[in-house]
Amino acid sequence: MAKVLERKPLTFAEKTYLPQVLGGLKITFKNMLGKKVTMEYPEERPNIPDNYRGVPTLVHDPNGREKCVSCQLCEFVCPPKAIRITPGSIPEGDEHEHVEKAPQDFEINMLRCIYCGMCQEVCPEEAIFLQDVYSLVGTSREELVFHKKKLYELGGTRPDQHYKWDVKKAAEEEALAGNGHH
Amino acid sequence: MPATTKEVDMQDVAARGADYGEELHGEEMTLNMGPSHPATHGVLRLRLKLDGDFITECDPVIGYLHRGDEKIAENMTYNQFVPYTDRLDYLAPLANNVCYAIAVEKLANLEVPPRCQTIRIICCELARISSHLLGLGVYGMDTGAMTTFLYTFTEREKLYSLFEELTGARFTTSYTRIGGVARDIPEGWLGRVSNFLNQFEPKIDELDNLLTRNKIFLDRTKDIAIISREDAIAYAFTGPNLRASGVDSDLRRDRPYCGYEDYDFEVPIGTVGDAYDRYLVRMEEVRQSVRIVRQAIDKMPEGPYFAEDAKKIHVPPKAKVLTSMEELIQNFMIVTEGPQMPAGEVYFEAENPKGILGFFIHSKGGGVPFRLKIRAPSFCSLSILPKIAKGLMMSDVPVVLGSFDFVMGECDR
Ligand code: SF4
Ligand code: SF4
Repeated sequence: MAKVLERKPLTFAEKTYLPQVLGGLKITFKNMLGKKVTMEYPEERPNIPDNYRGVPTLVHDPNGREKCVSCQLCEFVCPPKAIRITPGSIPEGDEHEHVEKAPQDFEINMLRCIYCGMCQEVCPEEAIFLQDVYSLVGTSREELVFHKKKLYELGGTRPDQHYKWDVKKAAEEEALAGNGHH
Repeated sequence: MPATTKEVDMQDVAARGADYGEELHGEEMTLNMGPSHPATHGVLRLRLKLDGDFITECDPVIGYLHRGDEKIAENMTYNQFVPYTDRLDYLAPLANNVCYAIAVEKLANLEVPPRCQTIRIICCELARISSHLLGLGVYGMDTGAMTTFLYTFTEREKLYSLFEELTGARFTTSYTRIGGVARDIPEGWLGRVSNFLNQFEPKIDELDNLLTRNKIFLDRTKDIAIISREDAIAYAFTGPNLRASGVDSDLRRDRPYCGYEDYDFEVPIGTVGDAYDRYLVRMEEVRQSVRIVRQAIDKMPEGPYFAEDAKKIHVPPKAKVLTSMEELIQNFMIVTEGPQMPAGEVYFEAENPKGILGFFIHSKGGGVPFRLKIRAPSFCSLSILPKIAKGLMMSDVPVVLGSFDFVMGECDR
């Protein structure tokens, strides 16, 4: 249904500009006395909601394991190609040896990253998260290419619901133990 | 030399330049407006030929924001292109996301569940409100009413906080995925949208009071840059700019997508087609959008927010990827190869805040488009400038540009 917009001619009073000027002033005063809508930025900080897409970081699980297994899926999906991964393996004898793989280096170029969140979305390990850091400063380009150490520092620890590798290891051990009985 | 003055009696705008051209002829001046000028709303450059204060020729130079989005699309999977659609009409990224997703889904012949559709409608309409708020605000500023801009921006900030909560980002939302949306709506979000709308309605009235019957604003906009019905159609105008010229066309009603047929709203149309009508249409559209969002909130269905049965298109939920081998492989396949599409061609257009945004996709099968073409409404709106600007005054240029409410990100692509 179409609604034709009328254009009523201005009344005499309106032609004198006065009602509009007064109406405008009324709104100005209302806003002047009302609640402030601005924020004194660096002192006051906005509330960042959960699931905010800030700087991408790598995270540990609650047992302190670095979760990324360098599957490189995030590197593949990243639309502006901000991620570069040098794959590597976990040395034998390590506490997390059963996970087998971990990146040797993990670089994210924060100058290229568009904070789209696709890396977090596709990661099959819940290892990469966009967290609440939203303002980065640096004095050179190199400084804003974050490496593995920095990314894990920024990421901290996130709760884990699945412990998929530990569950897998336990299952394998159980199977082995079961075999031993026969 | 003694100064001489001459009585000039000014009639209508177009005649002014022509009638007195001969007698008053000084030297013609070429003026570059832009590419970086506050009134050109982005990187548009106008090459103006001026005779005194009157424009004799206007030549828009576009392309300063060209990033090759269409070519970029050929080099990535369908999902990876979603963030690039944010950057078309960057004042309504959610609406672009939705339009793009529907276009690809049309290619795949995929139906998304009702909850997803309703979420998308809310997204589109909130994006329309946000885009029109900006459009109206800066239009006010272009005509000298700085305060309207501040008030509309205050409202827009609130909307952005809602977007932030929904999508994780204020501006570059990247919210849709082929076959669904990136995440479900957060707990209590609909209530907050509702609260926003409740406090927003008095604010539109406030804006209405400030501008609609303000003689200063009317003097600047009324009967300026009248675009006839025929011209509007001939220049492929769409959206509010077309409706302001009195053409009753709105894709949401005429060719409903996403379930718009179930919503009750009116399509405002103008009578004269001048800059003032374009303002009025946008103003009314904001109110209609509020109505649509209210209806959508009331009927928000339960259920999945993505097409679960589309196993080759939408990635499985995270919990499954972490626990089951099959889903893990599916996740890898979709991410690396892209959502699997049949071969074919498809064109889909949606009623975006700025007009009709269209995506033409040529697929040869697989997860990457062979060719993707974007039809941008702002490009068409600007194409009429050489015709319409002739005979206007220099100071009318910001008003005309403001009334078109274009955005260069989309025009240049
Ligand atoms: S962060 Fe996730 S997706 Fe990226 S390499 Fe590590 S495990 Fe794979
Ligand atoms: S957020 Fe997006 S752009 Fe940034 S690293 Fe992740 S995938 Fe790449």
